[in-house]
Amino acid sequence: MQETAIALIQLGAVFFGLGLLGRVAWKFGISPIPLYLVGGLAFGSGGLIPLHGIDEFTHLASEIGVVLLLLLLGLEYSASELTTGLRKSWTAGLVDIALNAVPGAAAALLLGWGPVGALAMAGVTYISSSGIIAKVLGDLGRLGNRETPVVLSVLVFEDLAMAVYLPVLTAVLAGASLLGGLTSVGISLLAVTVVLVVALRYGRFISAVVDSPDHEVFLLKVLGSALLVAGIASQLQVSAAVGAFLLGIAISGSTAENATRMLEPLRDLFAAMFFVVFGLNTNPSSIPPVLGVAAALALVTTATKIATGWWAAKRQGIAAMGRARTGAALVARGEFSIVIAGLAVASGHVQDELAALATAYVLLMAIIGPIVARYVEPVSGFLLRDRSKSGAHG
Amino acid sequence: MDVEVTPLPGIGVREDFATRAGRRIGVVSHRDGKFELIVARQDDPDAAVASIPLTPEEAVTLAGLLGSPQLVSRLSEQHRDISGITTRQLPVVAYANRTLGDTALRTRTSASVVAVVRAGVAHPSPGPEFLFHTGDLAVVVGTAEGLTAAADILTGG
Repeated sequence: MQETAIALIQLGAVFFGLGLLGRVAWKFGISPIPLYLVGGLAFGSGGLIPLHGIDEFTHLASEIGVVLLLLLLGLEYSASELTTGLRKSWTAGLVDIALNAVPGAAAALLLGWGPVGALAMAGVTYISSSGIIAKVLGDLGRLGNRETPVVLSVLVFEDLAMAVYLPVLTAVLAGASLLGGLTSVGISLLAVTVVLVVALRYGRFISAVVDSPDHEVFLLKVLGSALLVAGIASQLQVSAAVGAFLLGIAISGSTAENATRMLEPLRDLFAAMFFVVFGLNTNPSSIPPVLGVAAALALVTTATKIATGWWAAKRQGIAAMGRARTGAALVARGEFSIVIAGLAVASGHVQDELAALATAYVLLMAIIGPIVARYVEPVSGFLLRDRSKSGAHG
Repeated sequence: MDVEVTPLPGIGVREDFATRAGRRIGVVSHRDGKFELIVARQDDPDAAVASIPLTPEEAVTLAGLLGSPQLVSRLSEQHRDISGITTRQLPVVAYANRTLGDTALRTRTSASVVAVVRAGVAHPSPGPEFLFHTGDLAVVVGTAEGLTAAADILTGG
C-alpha cells in the first residue's frame, strides 16, 4: 500500500505541476508543450526531483499519448479533404519536404550520426505543429484570411507524409534490412491507400461500428478500437501512431466530431504525459552542448518554412503580405517532432544527443513559431515598404 | 451573387463574396457549429480586419436583422395613416421551441404578430400552431403600450 501512496503522490504532483505550467504558458500566449518538456527535464534522471515507481505507468501513458495525438489528427480530416488537399498541394508539399527536411538531415550527418540519425532529424525539422498553428491562426483571427487554406493544405500534406514516413522510420530504426524496410513501406503505402479508399466509399460503416448514442459506450469503443488498431499496426511494424492516424481518417462525419470532443481532454492528459516522459528521459546536462546547433537549425528552418509558405501562397495568387503571413504561420514545430525523436530514441539506434537536440530545437521552435506568426505583419510591412500602415487596425 | 466556398481542412468551411464596393465579406462556419463573421481589410484583401465569433443563436439573429429591416419599414409605411399603431420587431427569446399560441400575445397585450423572420426569411401571418425557434424575430403590430408588454413577454420579462 505504501508504494501505491507514493506513486499517487508523485503522479499528482506531476499533473498539478503541469497544470501550473500550462496556465503560465497560455497567459503568455505560447503553447504549453515547451514548458511540459522543461517540466520533464526537471524531474527524472539528472533532474532536480527523481521519480521512482511510476515509470511503468508513465511509459504506457506516454505511448497512449502518441496514439491519441495521431488519432485526433486523423479525426480532424475527412478522407475527401485529404485527397483534394493532396491533389491541390502536392507541389507545395514537395517543396516543403525539400526545404525543411534537408537542414535536419544535414545537421545530423555533420554531427556524424549516420543515415539513421539523419532520417530522424529530417522528420524533426520537417514537420510543422498543426496543433500550435491551428491555435495561433484562431487566436490571431486569421481563419477568414485568404491565405489560410494554403497553410492548412500544406499541413494536410505534411500529415499524409507522416503516414508514409513513420513506418519507414520505424522499420529503419528496427534495424531492418533494405528488403525489410521496403516491405514495411509497401505495407504502409498499401494500408494508407486501402484506408483512404475504404473511408471515401464506406466511411459511414466504420463510423457506425464505433458510434453509439451512449457517451460511455462510445468513449470505450473509440478508445478501445484506437488502441487495438495501434497495437496491431505496431506488431506489423507499421508504427502504432500511423495505425491510429488511419483509424482517425476512416471515422468521419458527426461520429468524428463527437469522438474529437470526447477524446480531446484525454489526449491533452496523455500527450502532456508523453512530453514529460520525453523530457524525463533526456538528461538536462546534455542540452547545453547542443544548444548552438539547435539555435542554428532553428534559424535556418525558420527561414526555410517562411520560404515554403511564401512560395505556396504565391502560386495561389496571394499578395506579398499574405505570403509572408503564410510562411510565418508554418514556422512552429512541436508535438510531432517530439513524436519522431521519441521513436528514434526509444529504439536505441541513435545517439542520445539526438534527444537533447530535438528537445532544444522544439523548445526554441514552439516559442519562436507563434512569435513569428504574431509579428510578421509589422516586420514585413516595414520590409516590403508597404504604403499602407499595416497593423493600424490592431 | 457569387459566393466563394473554400473548405478549411480540420476547421470547417469559409464562404465569402465581394461587395459592390469591393470589400470581401463572409462567414467561417466551424465544424462544431460556431460561426465567425469576417470582413476583409481594405488595404489587404487577403486579411480580415475583423473576425467576430458568433454562437449559432447570434448568427441567426444577425441574419434576421440583415434580412428584415425592409419588411418593418414597409409595414410602418402602411400603418402611418392609422394613428397610435406602430410596428416593432422583437426577438423571441422566452418562447423558443414553443408555439405562438403559447404566448397568448393577442389576449394579453392586444398586439398581434404579423410575421416571423427566421434566418432572414419572413414567414407571414403565422398561425397559433407556429413553432418558434431560437433567434426568431417577431414582427408585432400594436399600440405603444401593447408593444411594450409584448416585448416583455417575448423576451422573457
